[in-house]
Amino acid sequence: MGASDFAKLPHIGEAVRRKEDVRFLTGAGNYTDDVLLPNQAHAVFLRSPHAHAAIKSIDTAAAAAMPGVVGILTGADIDGKMGGLPCGWLINNPDGTPMKEPPHPILAIGKVRYVGDHVAMVVAETAEQAKNAAEAIVVDYEVLPALVSVADAAKKSSGVTIHDAAPDNQCYRWTLGDKAAVDAAFAGAAHVTKLDLVNNRLIPNAIEPRVAVAGYNRAGDEYTLYVANQNPHVERLLMTAFVLGLPEHKVRVIAPDVGGGFGSKIYLYAEDVALTWASKQFNRNIKWTAERSESFLSDAHGRDHVSHAEMAMDKDGKFLALRVHTDANLGAYLSTFATAVPTILYATLLAGQYTTPQIYVEVDAWFTNTAPVDAYRGAGRPEATYLLERLVSRCGWEMGLGQDEIRRRNFVREWPYQTPVALQYDVGDYQACMDKAQALADVAGFDARRAESEKQGRLRGIGYSSYIEACGLAPSNIAGALGARAGLFEAGEVRVHPTGSVTVFTGSHSHGQGHETTFAQVVAARLGIPVENVDIVHGDTGRIPFGMGTYGSRSISVGGAAIMRALDKIEAKAKKIAAHLMEASDADIEFAGGEFTVKGTDKKIPFGQVALTAYVPHNYPLDKLEPGLNETAFYDPTNFTYPAGTYICEVEIDKATGEVKIDRFTAVDDFGTIINPMIVEGQVHGGIVQGIGQALMENCVYDRETGQLLTGSFMDYAMPRAEDFPVFKLDTVCTPCTHNPLGTKGCGEAGAIGSPPAVINAVLDALHPLGVKDFDMPASPARVWEAMRKAQAAA
Amino acid sequence: MQVSLTVNGREVTIDAPPHTLLVQAIREHLRLTGTHVGCDTAQCGACTVHLNGRAIKSCNVLLAQVAGGNVTTIEGIAQADGTLHPMQAAFKECHGLQCGFCTPGMVMSAIDLCTHHPKSGEQEIRALLDGNLCRCTGYQNIVKAVQQGGEAMASQAASA
Repeated sequence: MGASDFAKLPHIGEAVRRKEDVRFLTGAGNYTDDVLLPNQAHAVFLRSPHAHAAIKSIDTAAAAAMPGVVGILTGADIDGKMGGLPCGWLINNPDGTPMKEPPHPILAIGKVRYVGDHVAMVVAETAEQAKNAAEAIVVDYEVLPALVSVADAAKKSSGVTIHDAAPDNQCYRWTLGDKAAVDAAFAGAAHVTKLDLVNNRLIPNAIEPRVAVAGYNRAGDEYTLYVANQNPHVERLLMTAFVLGLPEHKVRVIAPDVGGGFGSKIYLYAEDVALTWASKQFNRNIKWTAERSESFLSDAHGRDHVSHAEMAMDKDGKFLALRVHTDANLGAYLSTFATAVPTILYATLLAGQYTTPQIYVEVDAWFTNTAPVDAYRGAGRPEATYLLERLVSRCGWEMGLGQDEIRRRNFVREWPYQTPVALQYDVGDYQACMDKAQALADVAGFDARRAESEKQGRLRGIGYSSYIEACGLAPSNIAGALGARAGLFEAGEVRVHPTGSVTVFTGSHSHGQGHETTFAQVVAARLGIPVENVDIVHGDTGRIPFGMGTYGSRSISVGGAAIMRALDKIEAKAKKIAAHLMEASDADIEFAGGEFTVKGTDKKIPFGQVALTAYVPHNYPLDKLEPGLNETAFYDPTNFTYPAGTYICEVEIDKATGEVKIDRFTAVDDFGTIINPMIVEGQVHGGIVQGIGQALMENCVYDRETGQLLTGSFMDYAMPRAEDFPVFKLDTVCTPCTHNPLGTKGCGEAGAIGSPPAVINAVLDALHPLGVKDFDMPASPARVWEAMRKAQAAA
Repeated sequence: MQVSLTVNGREVTIDAPPHTLLVQAIREHLRLTGTHVGCDTAQCGACTVHLNGRAIKSCNVLLAQVAGGNVTTIEGIAQADGTLHPMQAAFKECHGLQCGFCTPGMVMSAIDLCTHHPKSGEQEIRALLDGNLCRCTGYQNIVKAVQQGGEAMASQAASA
């Protein structure tokens, strides 16, 4: 079935209330910390208090004798018995040499490299006993100087070497684009706009902390790992094939209800491996639940780029070339997808919505004594969008053009569009998003609102951001050519039961996205059955054929497409059964609205009768067709999808306090076909709040000398709260994706990608009259107040 | 240490060490796992339950402090036949939840909010939800749900 026919089906575009809600609303969810296995022991991890130190000795004797202790593991116990955590994406330097890949041990061996690094695991009968015993472990550290900020790393003058494999702490240099062509374009430019930016480091903070429960069954020599994770098959693949050397069929990974991920639960973490291995060593079921302070220290962080960008323009503000240099902080070790974030997921997006003919990007990636950095909602695309959209607004201001006009002059208008940074956009309508956003935001009334604010002693500004993202990761062959060490397809199995109800087994994982409803709508629409008759199973390697999981806004476009392909097979087989029952030829059978009909006759039978016949094949073409109605499909996309939109933010700033208030926020997105608009809006709301969170309040701060995390609790790291926001105004434009069977593009990350530059452009627009030209996130009151004071002092 | 209290209308006696937190008693001793733990500084509100009719953060109260008290958790607010509390129904209707982890605490706070501050407007609701963090929804639909749930609670009370 094609995307345009699909969009017309019943239930597609319907705000079906979520099937998963009742269990969550009644306390009947089953999150990993709710899992209670027989004879379950508890683990606690002793973590490094130092950012960088040599471990001279570890004495666990006193701890081992503490009440309730089952066992203690340190680096010495695992050294040589398992591999380290693997990195899933190989990046090569311009000279073709590979990136530096220092070992990432499960428990520190010889050295600790960030505050929170794993030194020992203590297993005891209760979590409290494990905690008490961990405190009795004596570690003799020789504290070493720490390298903390990426700017310091890039100077190469710290004298600190974090990994012997990378003496200057550089993981790789990576470039994209035609440098000579860019230099030539700059030489002929009428105007060049330049900008230095910091993309502030963030801590994901899903409200459910990371947690895992591992068990080992001697009878079958089998492991079961319950873990709060976004992609259980990938977790299993990485753990068995790369770390523990176990056959995959002996390990079952279950990610039950998961309390938010935002990227931070994609990765294989050391705790998951240590627990699994120890469950056999100690022959016990073992649970570990992170305390929030551990989440702050040890969940993979996000962003942390320092960049310089330059745009060359002709006299009319037409972009001629873009030149970017970025220093990216990878943290102390390479997390699962860390290396892809500032490269493949970042630089390829720097064309944005514009026809900039030449782009050249250089990325230097550095190790520092901080927690590993990896994908966080948007992953590379927010960093690209923040840089480009800040730069574009500044281009407008310097050229005397409005923020809208500079964008309109450069929008891509013809499809498909090949960018100079590898991607080919299949379809879009950027003008329409801009038009709709401007109308919805009442841009025409802005001047009057600004005058009113001024009367009340407040500054008002408006900011634009026209983002694009590449979602639906990814064509496996392209990803492979770019360094991915895994495929990026998705799998789906559609099991039609004898009475016509359906269970779907999907490799996508839902941790808030509502797949149990959206995917059920897809199946119900295709088969003409009620949504209630479809259940979606996800998050269990023991039940689902395979899966690459949920990240990069890929679930509907790749996971949903796999289900569509399986439904194609179901429909094809069911037609044959129907043809047999109605004594017609296969080619004359049509299927719509849950009924099979014979073309040109009034003969018809319902879907349920065909399902029953498949399992009670008394009158059945057994010589030609197997019984049963159960099909599996793997779908590998042929291109990325390209959601895009325009966001407009209006802020008011209190001159006395520097407080920035979001007065209006308008988002117009093109997600292609929308299956459940209620869920899509919810995704956009959440993304916008995370994006505004980054722009206004969230900031991960390490002490630059000692590497101590200064923002290690919800009292120090400002999380967005209900009071920080107005009611957002949302609308959509729809240009269906041209290359998947649903026409969908994905919506999970757009809000977090599009919103930060809209907010900061608005802040700058408000502060321009005071002479403030530049501002780095977050725009907290103290920082804004300081910027205002500095500008006034300089005036 | 033995502590007796009422939980969701049932009298229970819990034998636990004196430093046991109420949330530990609820989750680990009574196995009522709908009440969640999202932080260790009483900031996130995922552990919110009602004690004698007021919302409290159960990670911040010792079991010993609630001896003889009346505790209601998320498991105790729907009717026995499964009919949802009006606030639960409003959260479903308004899509006021995504991953569901903050949801039990959010719903318990919302019921308290609407009981003690009925007819609150959008801004007041936003301010009064200060003690509950949600990382998924962006709060917009939670605020809508609290408004709608509050109205339903008021009309239910009026017709009772």
